[in-house]
Amino acid sequence: MISNLNKAFENRVRLGLMSLLMVNEQLDFNSIKEMLEITDGNLASHVTALEKAGYITIMKEFVGRKPQTSYKATAAGIKAFQEHLAALEKLIRKIN
Amino acid sequence: MESNQHLDNLAHIRSLMEKSTRFLSLSGLTGVAAGIYALIAAFIAWWYLDNPTVAATYSRLVHPLQLSGILTHYLFFVALAAATVALSLVTGILFTMRKASKRGETVWNKASKRMAINLMIPLAAGGLFCAQLINYGLPELVAPAMLIFYGLALINGSKYTLEDIRYLGLIEIALGILNLFLISYGLWFWAIGFGVMHIVYGVVMYYKYEA
Repeated sequence: MISNLNKAFENRVRLGLMSLLMVNEQLDFNSIKEMLEITDGNLASHVTALEKAGYITIMKEFVGRKPQTSYKATAAGIKAFQEHLAALEKLIRKIN
Repeated sequence: MESNQHLDNLAHIRSLMEKSTRFLSLSGLTGVAAGIYALIAAFIAWWYLDNPTVAATYSRLVHPLQLSGILTHYLFFVALAAATVALSLVTGILFTMRKASKRGETVWNKASKRMAINLMIPLAAGGLFCAQLINYGLPELVAPAMLIFYGLALINGSKYTLEDIRYLGLIEIALGILNLFLISYGLWFWAIGFGVMHIVYGVVMYYKYEA
């Protein structure tokens, strides 16, 4: 079946990560980890994949004296995810 | 089969979006407890106002503080309000922690922080406003001001928690405005807004989301 589903979002962790970044301007690593209920290593590998695709940007900043890594969806990421969502909805409508 | 998987993905997306922006573990029992405390506080206030011996006993009790008559009188209400708020907060946090652990959510997360900050802005403004009303000798306006500011706080905070809270906010504002036109019934409006409405709302929320 030909569809506009985006391979980058097929994985459940990436799908979850993008969902979070669609509604939160930016989120730190630990908050994401907590909400997706996954391990550090698992999240780190998916973050890298989405960053390579140009869908998210990584920001390092200091909160007090502690370094903190936060993530933000890029304009391209938002657009790609919206298309992915539209494709998902379309597929469901077609099958039902 | 494939359709199910897509549906499941959409549900997953939706739940994550909601969970990350709204604090959904707010327990309805919090409302019930706060309402009961408010009714007790309103009853104590009524008892104090209606019964000269109670007021006299209280005055003797705080006499060592060397306050003027009117300040002694206001101190009673400020202390009563502070105790009510403190008890409601502690009970609310306990019920909410219990519901959060049941739902596998943490209590102090991004969503709950956002909710707390957005509730606190109108509440803090309202608190200062009411303090100055007392200061300027306008105590009749305190009950309507509390109701209106509290309603605004709920409407503001509702964007970050259960949406239903918004309607409770509208009701509180309506009660506050009505109170402005029936100014001598402040204690009654206060008891309805903070007591009865909290209990009614708490019960409705409890059965809607927790039972």
